[in-house]
Amino acid sequence: MSNQALIQASGLNRFYGKYHAVNDFNLTLHKGEVLGLLGPNGAGKSTTMQMLTGNISPSAGEIKINGIDLLENPQQAKKSIGYLPEQPPIYRDMTSNEFLSYCAILHDIPKAKCQAVKSLAIERCGLGDVADKLIANLSKGYQQRVGIAQAILHQPQVVILDEPTVGLDPIQITEIRELIRELGKDHSVILSTHILPEVQAVCDRVQIIKQGKTVFSDSFDQLEKRQLSPVLMVGFDAVIDKAELSSLAGVIKVDELTKNRYQLTFKETPIASAVSQLSADKGWKLNELTLQNESLEQIFMNLIHNEVLPEGEG
Amino acid sequence: MNKVFTIAISEFKRLFNSPLAWSVLAILQFILALMFLMFMEEYIAVIQPATATMQNPPGVTSIVLSPLYLWAGIIMLAVMPIMTMRLFAEERMNKTLTLLLSSPLSSTQIVLGKFIGVIFFIILIVAMMILMPLALTVGTSLDWGVILTSSLGLFLLLSSFAAAGLFISSLTSQPIIAAVSSFGLLLFLVVLYLSGSSQSNSSELFIYLSHFGHFLPFLEGVFDTSDLVYYLLFIVGFLVLAIRKLDNDRLLG
Repeated sequence: MSNQALIQASGLNRFYGKYHAVNDFNLTLHKGEVLGLLGPNGAGKSTTMQMLTGNISPSAGEIKINGIDLLENPQQAKKSIGYLPEQPPIYRDMTSNEFLSYCAILHDIPKAKCQAVKSLAIERCGLGDVADKLIANLSKGYQQRVGIAQAILHQPQVVILDEPTVGLDPIQITEIRELIRELGKDHSVILSTHILPEVQAVCDRVQIIKQGKTVFSDSFDQLEKRQLSPVLMVGFDAVIDKAELSSLAGVIKVDELTKNRYQLTFKETPIASAVSQLSADKGWKLNELTLQNESLEQIFMNLIHNEVLPEGEG
Repeated sequence: MNKVFTIAISEFKRLFNSPLAWSVLAILQFILALMFLMFMEEYIAVIQPATATMQNPPGVTSIVLSPLYLWAGIIMLAVMPIMTMRLFAEERMNKTLTLLLSSPLSSTQIVLGKFIGVIFFIILIVAMMILMPLALTVGTSLDWGVILTSSLGLFLLLSSFAAAGLFISSLTSQPIIAAVSSFGLLLFLVVLYLSGSSQSNSSELFIYLSHFGHFLPFLEGVFDTSDLVYYLLFIVGFLVLAIRKLDNDRLLG
């Protein structure tokens, strides 16, 4: 049954009063997959995750976790989920050790297995040195790790992490990303974030949400293929004639950024040499010539700002 | 059920992680002990000589211990809201409620677990109170029946405070608001009793509705099942409301 979806959510809708936070959202997660949920602030990522973990009910729609209906049989379904919300749900007045023991019992782990499960989670999240310290005295990064340890403690099939690297230092971010990649080997992971490089680093597949709607859902390579036209940044010391720039072969658009600095959008044919030639001929004193391949950020921005793309929706 | 007790024990233990429970217990014991000594002195200096010639003089239990239990009930009007305010409001404020909500637990298990945690604390308070009459056994014989019913009455009264406080705590995400509102609710029930038993405007219904009306018979050593049923209904009623509130949060929250 390896091709059976671990999470199958269809037609999810959620209203907060009149505000339509999530609009007809579909999500499928397969075994061993790391899915990145992307979107600007307020796109409905957290709401979606809260629905998938049974913290709030969808206004309409259906969620199946590992084949079990989350709405009809929540207790059974929740056993296969580990969830780290935006703010780690940790009791600051307990030690990590106590806290994880408490979580273990809440998740129906038999007493005999408690210790083993706990040490595994502590080891995986690198909490060994601080296991007996009060959580309140731990740094933000360690608190985040306790939150992750709590989510993976009962070895759920699906781990749902809501912005797991927020507020961490670069070293910790790298470590947590490594942990997520490792988790992806034997668990399925849903990761929400608005940090694009993070998705690039760990996810197999991305789903981009905008105002509660899916605007893109496909693997990473597909996203990179969406690259539109490349861009060339040029700057001159002298005053130039914009019309002459746009008359170069292959140039689609010329935008003036600041005084005498332009952004050329062009098609296929490399135009850098043509631009420098033109500059030399006219004596414009070229001082900047930067080729920019469209970054993930720009693709993302295009997706967010443009209308919903018909293809690749899923 | 295993999980309910796990939550209860964890709640109870966590109470003692902060100085709150310790200071509440200490101050409570100090004030009640002062009152106990005051009542004792009055009994020894005034009441005992005055009633010594009576055929069947009132004993130390009804003169000293009944008012002590009554005062304990009154003081707890202010203390219980502080003990219950954190239950849900603080978890909401710190966003830790998610842990319980995303664990394989029903709302009933969560509410019961938290309630039983407070019950443990109430048992501790009542047990510490019984120490005072126990100290008297050195010098005199006591009416253990009255002490038993008084303790049971106090236990039921405090449990009803706890249930009401727990429900109100589930309504808000500000512990202080939860404390003030549950104090208001409890005080309102006392006012019901006062207005129900006032000379000009007495009302059986008001007295029946108020929890103090059902507490006083216990202090006289009367164990009436209707009083017991009143408290059980009161507690179950508020717990069910709290469970409904948690369920509702998923739909509307």
